Amino acid sequence: MLLEINNISIVYADVIQVLKGVSLNVETHKIVSLLGSNGAGKTTTLKAISGLLKPENGKVTDGSIVYEGNRIDNLSPEEITRKGIIQVLEGRQPFKYLTIEENLRVGTATRWGKPYRKDLEMVYDYFPALLSRRKSLAGYCSGGELQMLVMGRALMAHPRLLLLDEPSLGLAPLVVREIFKIIRRINEEQGTTIVLVEQNSTMALQIAHYGYVMENGKIVMEGTAEDLRKNPDIKEFYLGKGSADALKSYQNVKSYRRRKRWL
Amino acid sequence: MDFFLQLLVNGICIGLIYGISAMGFVMIFKASSVINFAHGELLAIGAFLFLTLVTWAELPVYAAFLLTLVGSFALGFIVERLFLRPLIGEPLIEVIMLTVGLASMFKGIMLFIWGGNLHTFPDFLPETLTLQWGTIHVPPVYVAALIIGLLFLTLFGLFFKYSSQGIFMRSVADNQSAALSLGVHVKRVFALSWGIAALVAAMSGIVLGIMNGINVHELSSIGLKVFPVVILGGLDSIGGAVIGGILIGLLETFTGGYLSTSLKDVLPYIVLVVILLVKPYGLFGLVEIERV
Ligand SMILES: Nc1ncnc2c1ncn2[C@@H]1O[C@H](COP(=O)(O)OP(=O)(O)OP(=O)(O)O)[C@@H](O)[C@H]1O
Ligand SMILES: [Mg+2]
Repeated sequence: MLLEINNISIVYADVIQVLKGVSLNVETHKIVSLLGSNGAGKTTTLKAISGLLKPENGKVTDGSIVYEGNRIDNLSPEEITRKGIIQVLEGRQPFKYLTIEENLRVGTATRWGKPYRKDLEMVYDYFPALLSRRKSLAGYCSGGELQMLVMGRALMAHPRLLLLDEPSLGLAPLVVREIFKIIRRINEEQGTTIVLVEQNSTMALQIAHYGYVMENGKIVMEGTAEDLRKNPDIKEFYLGKGSADALKSYQNVKSYRRRKRWL
Repeated sequence: MDFFLQLLVNGICIGLIYGISAMGFVMIFKASSVINFAHGELLAIGAFLFLTLVTWAELPVYAAFLLTLVGSFALGFIVERLFLRPLIGEPLIEVIMLTVGLASMFKGIMLFIWGGNLHTFPDFLPETLTLQWGTIHVPPVYVAALIIGLLFLTLFGLFFKYSSQGIFMRSVADNQSAALSLGVHVKRVFALSWGIAALVAAMSGIVLGIMNGINVHELSSIGLKVFPVVILGGLDSIGGAVIGGILIGLLETFTGGYLSTSLKDVLPYIVLVVILLVKPYGLFGLVEIERV
C-alpha cells in the first residue's frame, strides 16, 4: 500500500469541521478515483495529503496519513512534495505571466539543479500541443491546453503519487476523452500512482481501478471500478443521462460557490 | 541644445540608479505583497557600509564594493528571517507597520554609529572615466552610474529570464498556491527577494552617496523616491520600475536645469499625482490576463 488514510478528521480555522473520519487506501501503481458532489470534501482530502491544507489554515485533527510507512499528516508542502507527492490543483492554475516552457520548469523545483531536458521531451511527447506553444504566455492558452500544461508541469517533478483534482472540469467531451487517455498512459508507462478526483464519474470509472464516493465529509461507498459502474445508486446519482447538462449546471453551482468562499 | 543634451544624459544616469533601487522594492512587493517602508534606510546602510570599509578599514575600492554588496544581501536575508517570517499569514497592515518600525530602528542605529553629519567618500573615481562629446561633459560619477546601472540590469534580466531560481521567484509572484503545490520553497523566495532588494538598494546608495554626499536623513529620503518611481512604473512591473526611474530622473534634472533647483524634489510628486489620476495602475502596471 502506497498511501493509507486512517480515520482522519479535518478542521478549517479551528472551528469548521469538513472531514469526519475518512479512511481510504491507495495501492501502488493503481488509479483510485474519489467521487462526490460539490462540497463533499474531495479537494480537502487531496490537500490533506499534499500538505496544502496548512497555508489555508486547515488541520488534520484526528487519525493519520501514512505514505510509504511514514506519517505525513501536517507536514509542510515543501517536505511532502519532496517525498514524491504532487497535487494538480482544481481549476487549472497556470503561472499566467510565464511561458509554457517556464511553467514546466517550475515543476523541477523539488530537484533544483538537476538536468531536466529529458523530462521536457517526455512532457512534449505526452502533450504535443504544448510543444508548438512553448514560447507563448500560459495566460493566453485554451482550457484544454492549460489542463495539459498543469499535468505536464506536475510530471516534471517525477511524482510517485499524483493527485488530480477534477481534470475534466469545463472541458469539451472530446478533450476530456483525450485527457483521460493520457492519464491512463501516464499510469501505465510511468508507473505513477494516481488519485483522481472527479465529478464526471462515467469517465473516471472507465480508467480507475478502484473508487470511493464521498458525501458530506464521509466516505459513503467504495469498491472496484467495475462494481461501482454497476451500482444502481451511482448510476442514478452520477451516471445519469443528459450528462452534458449536468456538467453545465455543476459548473454554475461551482463558480457561485467559489465566489462565496472567497468573499 | 547642448544644455538640453547635457541634462538628458545626467537624467538618464541618475534615473537608472533610481530605477534599479525601485526594482528591489518591486521585487519584495511582487513576491510577498509587502510594501517595504525601510527601503530608504537599506539604501543608506549600504552607503555607510561602503564608506566604513573604504575609509576606516582602508580596503581597496573594488573589494569594499563587493563586500558591501555581499553584506547587504546577507542583511536583507536576515531581516526577512528574523522579522518578516514570523508574520507570514498575518494581516498586511501589521507587516507594513513592521517595516515602518524597521525603518526607525535602522535610522536610530545609523545615527548612533555614524552621527547625523554629512560625510563624503574620498575621491576615488579616475578622471579618465569622464566622457566628453563636444561640449557635453559627463563627470566620472555619472559614467560609473551608467555602467553599474546597465550591468546590474542585464545581470538581473538574465537571472529572472533564464535561471531556475529566477523562474521560481517569478512563479511565486504569479500564483503562490500553484508554486507551493509544485514544491517551490516559497519562504526561501521571500528571503531571496529581501536579499536582492537590500543588495540593489546598497548599490544605489553608494552611487547616490558619491553624487550628493552621505547623510542618514538625506539618503533615506532619497530612498523614498521609490514611491513616485514605482507608482509611475506600476507596483508589479520590474521593467516598469526601471523606466519609471529613468522618467523621474529626467524630470528632476530638467526641472533643476530649466526651472529651479528648489522645485526639483517636488515636481516628481506632482507629476505622480497627475499620472495616477489618469492611469491608476501606473504607466506600466500589469493588465490582468483574463480569459472568458
Ligand atoms: N479554506 C477553507 N476554509 C473553510 N472552509 C472551507 C475551506 N475550503 C473548503 N471549505 C469547506 O469545506 C467543504 C468541502 O470543500 P471541498 O472543496 O473539499 O469540496 P469538494 O468536494 O472539492 O467540492 P467541489 O466538487 O465543489 O470542488 C465545503 O463546505 C467548503 O465550503
Ligand atoms: Mg473540489
